[in-house]
Amino acid sequence: MTSATRWERVKRVMSRIVGIDLGTTNSLVAYLDAGVPKVIPDEEGRTLLPSVVAFTRDGVTVGEAARRQLARNPKRTVYSAKRLMGKGFEDVKDELRHLPFDVQPSAEVVRIKVGERTVTPPEVSAYVLEALKVRAQTFFGEKVEKAVITVPAYFNDAQRQATKDAGRIAGLDVLRIVNEPTAASLAYGLQRLAEGIIAVYDLGGGTFDVSILRVKDGIFEVLATNGNTHLGGDDFDRVLVQWLLEDIETRHAVRMESDAEAMQELRLAAEAAKCRLSFEEHTWLTIPFERFTYRREITRADVERLVTPLVDATLGPCRMALRDADLTPSAIDEVVLVGGSTRMPLVRRRVEELFGRKAHSQLNPDEVVALGAAVQAQILAGGITDMLLLDVTPLSLGIETLGGIVSVLIPRNTTIPTMAKEAFTTSVDGQTTVDLHVLQGERELAKDNRSLARFDLADIDPMPAGMPKIEVTFLIDANGILQVQAKEIRTGKAASIEVRPTYGLSEAEVAQMVEDSYAYAESDVNARLLIETQTEAETVMNHVRRALSQGADLLSAEERARIDAAFKDLSAARQGTDRDVIRERTVALNRATERLADAMMDRALKDALASKRADTILGAS
Amino acid sequence: MTDYFEVFGLERKLQVNLDALQRSFYALSRQYHPDFHQMANEGEQAAALERSALVNRAYRVLRDPLSRLSYMIGLEDGTGGRSADKVRLEPPRDLLEEMLEIQEALEEAKRSGLNAETTERLRGERQNLMERQTANESAIVGRFAEWDRAAETGGDAKALLAWFKQALARRAYLRTVIDDLSDALGEGQESDVSHRRH
Repeated sequence: MTSATRWERVKRVMSRIVGIDLGTTNSLVAYLDAGVPKVIPDEEGRTLLPSVVAFTRDGVTVGEAARRQLARNPKRTVYSAKRLMGKGFEDVKDELRHLPFDVQPSAEVVRIKVGERTVTPPEVSAYVLEALKVRAQTFFGEKVEKAVITVPAYFNDAQRQATKDAGRIAGLDVLRIVNEPTAASLAYGLQRLAEGIIAVYDLGGGTFDVSILRVKDGIFEVLATNGNTHLGGDDFDRVLVQWLLEDIETRHAVRMESDAEAMQELRLAAEAAKCRLSFEEHTWLTIPFERFTYRREITRADVERLVTPLVDATLGPCRMALRDADLTPSAIDEVVLVGGSTRMPLVRRRVEELFGRKAHSQLNPDEVVALGAAVQAQILAGGITDMLLLDVTPLSLGIETLGGIVSVLIPRNTTIPTMAKEAFTTSVDGQTTVDLHVLQGERELAKDNRSLARFDLADIDPMPAGMPKIEVTFLIDANGILQVQAKEIRTGKAASIEVRPTYGLSEAEVAQMVEDSYAYAESDVNARLLIETQTEAETVMNHVRRALSQGADLLSAEERARIDAAFKDLSAARQGTDRDVIRERTVALNRATERLADAMMDRALKDALASKRADTILGAS
Repeated sequence: MTDYFEVFGLERKLQVNLDALQRSFYALSRQYHPDFHQMANEGEQAAALERSALVNRAYRVLRDPLSRLSYMIGLEDGTGGRSADKVRLEPPRDLLEEMLEIQEALEEAKRSGLNAETTERLRGERQNLMERQTANESAIVGRFAEWDRAAETGGDAKALLAWFKQALARRAYLRTVIDDLSDALGEGQESDVSHRRH
């Protein structure tokens, strides 16, 4: 080993790896503190970062600030981007009527128009990841460049790849994509809260997963996983909003669907009411709209009636996971609840009924996934050696064969990493390319499955049909992401292979976004600094205005002229974008008014003394 | 190529001690899983990844008795464990009559839709086939010991091998029909599990 590579290794060992839960609604970052996983709070002590990104005219804001201005700026505020990750326009068409922002029609990956910019879901997520990275850096006082990021277990290859891309755009080296329910099991396992056969039921803001694991001797072996990447708290909110809309129409004869701002206010109020109803039997909803105030009582029973079909839709995947694991509900030793939506008493009831036992929720369901990601980070860093997660691929992987039938190469619930080799040949004399269509899903026909990518085996030597033998290796790595390699068997040479992802970003696109992110980061920082400078100028001008109205008599005509000129200069510059000029003129106005400020201070002191003396004199008399 | 039994240091037998297999799987996972090779150089990482993938695949095949049998037949035939899946399926003779009835029930369901009566009929047929399937599978596993004895004593197992092949073909056939019935019942999503299992 050369000393350079040794130092590389030392650096890798030394540098910190954080665990990130990139959620539909909220995101978190966690680390391991002397063996105990902890969530990193922001400077105000908040642990949850709303996964909301606002592309305002003055720059990009992320988190609570973005969420707060959502109702005022619905067209330029992107939330629930996770539901769009790794998807095409066609996939999300039905979803769009629920989203206030503008998704552009396109043949491949989803693109969102925010003002003059167009962004993809991985770029939006990258802003969230970057905010978490900055949070961690502030906390540690050192650079953070490596992360483990969690995804729903039922995420397909494209969705995983999109998440990895988001990390890269945010300047993070994503060492591992880990499944959310399994991450949660690590957090429980670390504290020995769950052993034996455990079922993790994870119902979050946008996605549902269930995983069945065998936890034994520090090995976390996933036996089966199932889920629905489009079912979560967001959907609960939607049925609630729909119900309220009808009620508003009945009571106030107002249809609000087309009013994006009002819809966001309604959505946020409905969400908050839903959360309160997990702890109270009834609650009041009060929304001051522009034209009227909407006020009504909602009971837990109302919400439960509305969401029951959605909650019941999670039970099918649970049964299928049990089936795949070859287990009956009674074989489950422990049930663990993960995700904010499991706070609903109805959800807990249904899960406990299905598995016939009490469910655990000792660890905060909002935080447990991030905590588990921190544990996995520590395993990768070599800091934990007695725990090992053996996860599975959630969906069968296959290739399209003659007649549009799928031939499965790697069945679902196969432990990863896993590998399948398949030999291909030509069907026409002199053919030099072979096209492979790779799909994920459980259906018989290619068209009913998820298209992942097309692979072109190119530069095949022209030979009679059937003569070339190309061995293609399909490898699903520990992230659940597919890697494909091809080899010409006769020569043993690596064959040329070109990947065309169906719903993903190409390598070149990601590289471009990484570059753009630096440019935008700079312009975002500039935008923030400009706003700060403008605010500062405004403050000084307000002071001066007040001073002139109170102390004009203290000024000579010459002085007054100088102040007026400086004031006018700054007033002209303030609306501009040249930060240096604004600052210069702010300083100039400050200097021009220095004597006035002193004189006014003087007079105020004298007045105070005078009145005090008067008080004293009066008091003494 | 390393055979899957060798991966776990097991004899090439159809009867496998599942506890021992699992212990060996866990031990090998600790040795090769990429999580424990993050700090290694690229070549070492690639080797661990490949080894880990082989261990996982081997475990998946061996832990299930019927996929283990398929694999064993493939080893005997020299086709690497994939032949048994590829046999094209003829309805087993003793099922012909039932198949006709099922065909009729399926057509009836197509004609008049899923009313209570057709649903019940399809469910009944499916239940019947599932019971046959279970019996068939137990019969297959029931002859594993016979195979292992023949291997030990160097006895002739050709007839048994042919019987296994036929039983597996029968199993695949039953599985397809059960899936068709589930599809017709609108419960296809839940049934594709068994269909796709190796």
